[in-house]
Amino acid sequence: MAVIPSGSGGRIELPENVVVSRLDSLANWCRKNSLWPMPFATACCGIELMATGAAKHDLARFGAEVFRFSPRQCDLMIVAGRVVMKMLPVLQRIWQQMHEPKWCISMGACASTGGVFDTYAVVQGIDRFIPVDMYVPGCPPRPEQLIQAIIDLQDKIQREGTITGREFDTVGRQLRKRSLVEITGHATIDASRNPVLQRELAAAAEAIASRT
Amino acid sequence: MPFTSPSVDDVLAGLTDRFGNLDASVYRGQARVVVPADLSFDALAWLKERGFDLLVDVTCVDYLEYRDATHRYGLVYLLASTTTNQRLTVRVFVDDPDPTVRSVVPLWAGANWLEREVWDLFGIRFTGHPDLRRLVMPEEFTAHPLRKDYPLQGRGERHNFPVITRDHS
Repeated sequence: MAVIPSGSGGRIELPENVVVSRLDSLANWCRKNSLWPMPFATACCGIELMATGAAKHDLARFGAEVFRFSPRQCDLMIVAGRVVMKMLPVLQRIWQQMHEPKWCISMGACASTGGVFDTYAVVQGIDRFIPVDMYVPGCPPRPEQLIQAIIDLQDKIQREGTITGREFDTVGRQLRKRSLVEITGHATIDASRNPVLQRELAAAAEAIASRT
Repeated sequence: MPFTSPSVDDVLAGLTDRFGNLDASVYRGQARVVVPADLSFDALAWLKERGFDLLVDVTCVDYLEYRDATHRYGLVYLLASTTTNQRLTVRVFVDDPDPTVRSVVPLWAGANWLEREVWDLFGIRFTGHPDLRRLVMPEEFTAHPLRKDYPLQGRGERHNFPVITRDHS
């Protein structure tokens, strides 16, 4: 019988088939173990992506079995290969069509930095135009490297994910942090029981947003 | 034994008979002839009737920084005959400003995209082309990137796109 402390100082006994956890952790565990990749394979790294999904280095072991080619059904976009300037609007459109929560892996040197192709037509890194979570070096990266990237992304999701996707609200978080620092001078504060402070922080965040 | 195509001496002889003295040479079994730009369509039509039914490629060379250059653009037409296995290279030289040549799409339909590519990358206009627009570069692109005075990294067109952050998407 597992025993957990209850709110009022007592103890609750749980049967053995009951697990207590945070909802965020449960959601993260579910999401990380069933990442459905959207293969955005433009060049040679696409071949290695296919090899990673094939029998010898099996990506299905990590839950990423279902390579759906529709962005509406995926949550992980793997950009494998160089992206030219003609292809970039397509990439942005596919990214916007994916549902949240979504993550992006930039596979290979060309997707991360432009690779060897520092030319007029190749975008020097898709992270200039798309938010990227994981970079995989290599030309092409071995399947084991891509699998390591997916494992690292799973760790990142488990560490930082939330069930409502609050970790994706980067601009909002930055505004709240800046407003907090401007008003109180501290970088962290607990405003959960202080509605006056919450209102002031919200007003300051709006002021900062309209200034920039 | 490496394959060598049959000699094109008879073709070159016929060509000089028809069009006057042309600069023709053979180097290691590969024959080339230089045709003036105003005669290019007629010469290529004559060659097609002569049996060169396959247009292998249309491309161009920019001689801007070449030491002994006489003209800026050297168009290259690679012709082949599927019946006699002969191969011939036809060079046509054109110049700035407004390099223009008559299109050979009426002769070989495959020249459609080949000439579009030369227009896109070098800026040589082909009069009589049914649909002369960019092929490999985006439509909004304004420069001709394979010219020698266009920098390799471009002029910023490759990064002229909106940035999508986590909050927009």
